[in-house]
Amino acid sequence: MPTHVSAPTGPAEAGHDTGRIPLHGLVELAEHTLEVVSDAGEGAQKCGQGFGALSARMGNGSWTVEIIPAEIQPPPRTPGSASGVRIRIGTREVTNWGDAAGLVIAFNEQVLLSRHRLDALADDAVILLEKRWGESDDPAVLAEWKAALEELSSKPYRIVLVPLEEQTLTVVDNPLHGKNMFALGVLCRIYDRDLDRAREQILRQFKKKSRDVQQANVRLLELGASWAKENLDFQIRVPPGPEKGPMVVMNGNEAVGMGAIASGMELCAMYPITPATSVSHYLGDVFERFGGIVHQAEDEIAAAGVAVGASFAGKVAFTVTSGPGLALKTEFLGLAVMTETPLVVVDVQRGGPSTGLPTKVEQADLLAVLFGQPGDAPKVVLAPATIEECFHCMITARRLAEALRAVVVVLTDANLATGVTPFPRPVPQPDWQATAPDGAPVAQGGKPYQWDPETGLSTRFVPGQPGGMFTATGLCHDEKSAVTYAPHVHQKGCTMRSRKLAALQSTLQPPDVVGPDSGDLLVVGWGSTKGAIEEACERARAEGLSVSSTHLTFLSPLQPGLRAIFERFRRVMTVEINYSDRVGDPFITSENRRMGQLAWLLRAQLLVDVDCWTRVMGEPLRPGQILAGIRAKFGKGADS
Amino acid sequence: MIDTACSLLGCGIDPHVELPQEDYEGPPPRWCPGCGDHGVLAATQRLLHDERLAPERTVFVSGIGCSSRFPHHIRTYGFHGIHGRALPIATGVKLMRPDLAVFAVMGDGDCTSIGAGHWVHAVRYNLDMVALMLDNNIYGLTKNQTSPTTPQGHPSNTQPRGSWLPALNPLSVTLGITNASFVAQTADWVPGHVYATLQAAFRHPGFAFVRILQRCPKWTPGVFRAPAQQMALTEILVHEDGVVEPEVEQYYKTHVAHDPSDLDHARHLAEESDKVRIGLFYKNAANARYEETRRVPVHTAEDKIRLLEAEFDRHAV
Repeated sequence: MPTHVSAPTGPAEAGHDTGRIPLHGLVELAEHTLEVVSDAGEGAQKCGQGFGALSARMGNGSWTVEIIPAEIQPPPRTPGSASGVRIRIGTREVTNWGDAAGLVIAFNEQVLLSRHRLDALADDAVILLEKRWGESDDPAVLAEWKAALEELSSKPYRIVLVPLEEQTLTVVDNPLHGKNMFALGVLCRIYDRDLDRAREQILRQFKKKSRDVQQANVRLLELGASWAKENLDFQIRVPPGPEKGPMVVMNGNEAVGMGAIASGMELCAMYPITPATSVSHYLGDVFERFGGIVHQAEDEIAAAGVAVGASFAGKVAFTVTSGPGLALKTEFLGLAVMTETPLVVVDVQRGGPSTGLPTKVEQADLLAVLFGQPGDAPKVVLAPATIEECFHCMITARRLAEALRAVVVVLTDANLATGVTPFPRPVPQPDWQATAPDGAPVAQGGKPYQWDPETGLSTRFVPGQPGGMFTATGLCHDEKSAVTYAPHVHQKGCTMRSRKLAALQSTLQPPDVVGPDSGDLLVVGWGSTKGAIEEACERARAEGLSVSSTHLTFLSPLQPGLRAIFERFRRVMTVEINYSDRVGDPFITSENRRMGQLAWLLRAQLLVDVDCWTRVMGEPLRPGQILAGIRAKFGKGADS
Repeated sequence: MIDTACSLLGCGIDPHVELPQEDYEGPPPRWCPGCGDHGVLAATQRLLHDERLAPERTVFVSGIGCSSRFPHHIRTYGFHGIHGRALPIATGVKLMRPDLAVFAVMGDGDCTSIGAGHWVHAVRYNLDMVALMLDNNIYGLTKNQTSPTTPQGHPSNTQPRGSWLPALNPLSVTLGITNASFVAQTADWVPGHVYATLQAAFRHPGFAFVRILQRCPKWTPGVFRAPAQQMALTEILVHEDGVVEPEVEQYYKTHVAHDPSDLDHARHLAEESDKVRIGLFYKNAANARYEETRRVPVHTAEDKIRLLEAEFDRHAV
């Protein structure tokens, strides 16, 4: 029987976020958040991802996000070694990682401690903790165990000890290869998952392994489920939502890679950088089958250069990077803008500046992308808000790059990159794909930059086209690409390159407002925060606050109609994962306050007094955290 | 639709092209009188004509500097890029379009300083292209700053009491890079040799690196004065598989017998940097070419949709 080492908490009730778990019986919740954490290498990620995928297959909304240690093999049994997954499942679509987890399976008390210290666990969370460390012969381990449980006792967690390793050893010799599947079995019982589907899933996950390994893992799954049935006195059911039609499940970087394939692009030039690299891992595996090449260049600069050269000579190419790499590519982006060579750049943002937080999320490259080049370098900037949009954005980006002869930057981030969620299966269209240059001769007198005076658009000449020969140059050039420093030529070139953005803006729609279209506060977001912002605003409205939100996909050009929307609200505030000063801190005034990046942009562009609420904690925003920020703006409660 | 495969005759070559040499000439260059770049440009234009290159299937890529104005003066497609980065652009062009004839033109600052990393890796990739490094031992366009190949002790605006360091040896560096495929040196004061070297480089299937010793009458008039004036000081590497130019061999009488398949001897000859040696140091046509090893199937849009549906199946819920 499990040992309860903490006092049972108060009566169960269905809370908004975590959902409180009753002591006995079955509870039905609209959604629930759980975590699986272990030392790196113990397989918690496989367990958690498997559980997320299984839940998606059973018709739940789900969002899983990896908990990644900074090192590959950090010292075991330390808070820094925590590796695992958070999974949030719901009846409705799940758009973000939620607030605190209501249940956690921890393979040792130290990794659990790290989650506790990060406030990742709800006060009334159920903790399923490997029990062997509390029975250790090693006095040092025992001392650590006692100290950890003492620290954990500051919260009314309900801790249940689980013989993870002991049980696993009844099936396999090496518990490292099995505890995770036992844990999956435990979760399957708790969350009432279909064991047949779980078995199928294990066979799929281990399809490259031997039959013995597959069978052992299936036995461990079954053992975990039966252990939980005999020893745990509660179950949680998150009912599936309505039938949604065919769905696919993947993370944001896979979606970027698949979107690139669907867009018809055929060359990805990259240099390894976290958290962008897994786009190339995915493409490295499949791209050649689609006639594509992943070129791992010698450095970030070369990756940009190869993409520019490839685009110059044929179909649009792309490069994938993150902040430090973006910085290195700066000069090439300027060259692509100046030569009007189409180019797609994916920036999977992480914490900065400098090396910053390589594995953790931030949205702090927006202004660098917009203004990072010397001189005026207008480009299109798109920010997908969901993993599904990561896919579709690549198709839009390719098309715009080509139509506008422009650099199109797609700003995703570590939250989208590693988050996994199901979305409606796309139906690929032939016209999503780039067509090969046709090699048709250029008409007599054709110029390589024959700018349409209204739109700045011009037709690109591609090598192979007789009569189209010209030398693209980063120097100031006229319509024939002849180098000249004559005063009006540079003015005209800048005007035409800029005009393309205005022309694009004229085709865009204002963003939707979620919630009433006027009120006290409008929250404006961009990128991966959409789900958390909308959830926070919905909860604020449920509390009677007059809050709506809008989310921008286009950051350059900005979508039209923003000022008109903003004017319908008493206050406008961006919510972003980047740094801003807080008024009231030493020396900080409303005049010298440095703003969040979108706020900065909106203020400059629209002359609206846009406020901001931002955090740089290296993690996705939690809806509850945003809600506290919103409440504080209304003078209700302390900010988070 | 363009056929992106290279013809058997060679990339960019069209036997039906019969253009007068003037048709390969762009607007005249504005290099200083006496600049070595003029002769290299003329030799290149002649090569394009003689090799019957289709102008629309030929691309000249360059970096930044005096010599990097090259593409503007040739009537083919061109990409005048950014400082040090001609090779990545050229790599992208060739990877995407193996059917094109690609030339990368760099100065010594471009190739051996700001773009040195790309130089090492472009040699290793071994794409089929010609890389010309016009080496005048100085930064010219920015007006007289020391470059890695500036002779030790030579004064410049940035090192007025003379360059502090021994000059970098581009030949020995290139010959030290894994997968080197074609390494030659020529000198602008031997026009026939420049042409013959360019021709050998162009016909070589692989990355052909050609260092061209190039006089800068403005900033480094002295560095090549002696070999340019005294024929005996310009040594000619001779071999039937090397750069063969009988007329040059007749006038330049200091011959060094060298088999360009002998890498050790090539390195030995290159190391003796006090000698001015021109000719083919090394050639190995057997090395794998990157655009060949990376060749991928060509699919129609419909093919790709079918494959994509299978990919979605793999990720289906």
